[in-house]
Amino acid sequence: MVSLSEFLMVAAVLFGLGIAGIILNRKNVIILLMSIELMLLAVNTNFIAFSYFQGNTIGEVFVFFILTVAAAEAAIGLAILVVLFRRLGSIEVEKLDKLKG
Amino acid sequence: MENHFVLLAVLIVVLPLLGSLVAGFLGKVIGRSATHCVTISLVGLSFLLSCYLFNAFVLNATPLIDTDLYTWAISGDFHFNVAFLIDRLSVTMATIVSFVSLMVHIYTIGYMAEDPGYQRFFSYVSLFTFAMLTLVFADNFLLLFFGWEGVGLVSYLLIGFWFNRESAVFGSLKAFLVNRIGDIGFMLAMAAIFTYSHDLNYKFVFAHVDLLLNKSIILFPGLSVSVITLTCVLLFIGAMGKSAQVPLHVWLPESMEGPTPISALIHAATMVTAGIYLVARMSPLFEYSQPALSLVLVIGATTCLFMGLLAVFHFDIKRVIAYSTLSQLGYMVVALGVSAYDAAIFHLITHAFFKALLFLAAGSVIIALHHEQDMRKMGGLAPFMPITYGTFLIGALALSAIPPFAGFYSKDIIIEAVKAAHLPGASYAYFCVMAGAFITPLYIFRALFMTFHGPKNTESSVSESPWVVLIPLIGLAIPSIVAGGMLIGPMLFAPHTLLGNSIFVLPEHNMLFNLGQHFEGAKIMALEAGRTLTFWLAMAGIVAAWFFNMEYPQFAESLKQRFSWLYNLMVKKYGFDDFNQLVIVHGTRRIGEFLYSISDLKIIDGIFVNGSGRFIQWFANVSRRMQTGYVYHYAFAMIGGVVVLLVWIYLGL
Repeated sequence: MVSLSEFLMVAAVLFGLGIAGIILNRKNVIILLMSIELMLLAVNTNFIAFSYFQGNTIGEVFVFFILTVAAAEAAIGLAILVVLFRRLGSIEVEKLDKLKG
Repeated sequence: MENHFVLLAVLIVVLPLLGSLVAGFLGKVIGRSATHCVTISLVGLSFLLSCYLFNAFVLNATPLIDTDLYTWAISGDFHFNVAFLIDRLSVTMATIVSFVSLMVHIYTIGYMAEDPGYQRFFSYVSLFTFAMLTLVFADNFLLLFFGWEGVGLVSYLLIGFWFNRESAVFGSLKAFLVNRIGDIGFMLAMAAIFTYSHDLNYKFVFAHVDLLLNKSIILFPGLSVSVITLTCVLLFIGAMGKSAQVPLHVWLPESMEGPTPISALIHAATMVTAGIYLVARMSPLFEYSQPALSLVLVIGATTCLFMGLLAVFHFDIKRVIAYSTLSQLGYMVVALGVSAYDAAIFHLITHAFFKALLFLAAGSVIIALHHEQDMRKMGGLAPFMPITYGTFLIGALALSAIPPFAGFYSKDIIIEAVKAAHLPGASYAYFCVMAGAFITPLYIFRALFMTFHGPKNTESSVSESPWVVLIPLIGLAIPSIVAGGMLIGPMLFAPHTLLGNSIFVLPEHNMLFNLGQHFEGAKIMALEAGRTLTFWLAMAGIVAAWFFNMEYPQFAESLKQRFSWLYNLMVKKYGFDDFNQLVIVHGTRRIGEFLYSISDLKIIDGIFVNGSGRFIQWFANVSRRMQTGYVYHYAFAMIGGVVVLLVWIYLGL
């Protein structure tokens, strides 16, 4: 039987990977989106693990909502990305510093 | 009956104001002659009403009236009333003021005939009369202060009447500023009185002098003075400013830049005596403070002698008379110092007549010589202007205290009172007034000889002035002869003196009462003048003036060369002006420059205004580096924040 703490460790590793992806990635905005998605999935894993070990379904229901929203978000994010590429001709994160002070 | 007197007093005060308003606002519309007709008739009416009140209050002893006319302002429990005190002192002063003012109004027709500011001048002079009468009739300190500032303002306006002359503007500003110094003293005195008495009404304050007595106030740590002395000294500082006592005298000679009629009215006969009036009116306070009386005595004596000396060394005829005014004001202040308030007011009255006379006569000479004031360019005018000469001579004799002219009685009484006084400083004052008795004829007869005798030093043809100028001269010459002998008995030595209970003197200070024991009437006094040292000093002064100016001018010249340092000191007026210019004016300017360059430019502009701007700029420059625009920096900051938050919560910091 897999214990709760192992689930949580997996989630933490996933979350950490997501953060690392955001911070280390300098090239591609798509990877940024993927990293964010990864962090969301880590959170979802936590929800499901807690749900399972608590013996109720609230967490699982919540995960459905998150997945739905994440899908919508990804769609919008990609759409923005396309527009961005059309405008700037690049999706390099290093070059996206229009908001620099 | 009472209401009828109040109405008259109000009319006396308000009529000149009406005249001033008409002359000021409608002067151009109604023209020159209508202007002077209106103002002169209103002031004349005011004078007649004053005479009526004088008759009622002073001669027929109507009891004093203290009446509220109007409540100007209410602040808490304090009511500021426009209220008149009609008593012997105020009525006497009002009569003098309106009389001299009337004479000056008439004289102005001749003196200012060619001046474009004719109507403006009449407006100012009438306004002055209004302010002075308010001052005189006031029954509380605030209304007195209103009149006090009013006369100060008009004095400023009139000294600077010819505002396109630089010296006139300078003189008016100087007069205004020096008077403000005195006013600070006066205002502080009012504040002290209000703090301790909780009222500014004379009657209340005088009736409750005990509220001020036997209390002391700490000025600086370690220096405490009694409240009554402080109040009196502050009041006297106010009087020093207005009455031009050393060291606040510097404005009076400068004020001679104004037209001669106002030199006579404001800077000789009336306004400058406001300080004397103030101290006399405050006699119930001054009597209780011997240190203040001593200060009054010493300041007066110093002014009396040293300003008189200066008159000997000046060549501008108006300035000579101006220094003479200072010296005579010194006599009055000395009289106040030895508690001879009646004598001070007596000298004030006689002085008002003969000094206004001297000024107007000098003005008559100045008109005849087409506004020439330098006595070196006069000389030998007596045959051309007999009436001016005669009246000037009367004024000079009165000023020199030659019996039986008016000045003799008043000055002699002051000298006698000083002789009998025992205050600290009285012997110094006695020396000063005796020396002054010699100096006075010396300078005035020097002026007389230089102006009217000797060789004629002017080419222009000289003729006697017009009648409008001569009438006031004669009108003032008559009281200059008779007023002294007429008034001395009833005013000083009668069982019920003319000023009566307006003046308060402690029995142990009552010099005049003791002198009165030996008084046998004005005629006897005049006849016995030859037995007094004063008389011979005065005669010696006249002889000396004749000797140095007519007989042996070369002797005076050699003296001048031998004592050139002394001569220079005199010409420089003891360096008061230079001192003020160097220390006060330049000092102020230096402080101003310092404040401008250091505190204004560096501290306020540099640090606060521009400094805060620069700081924000610097801060923004630093903080905008945090805004890199890279998403991952923001994400990192968020995560860092979350970590810090978690650590904080879980470690329970």
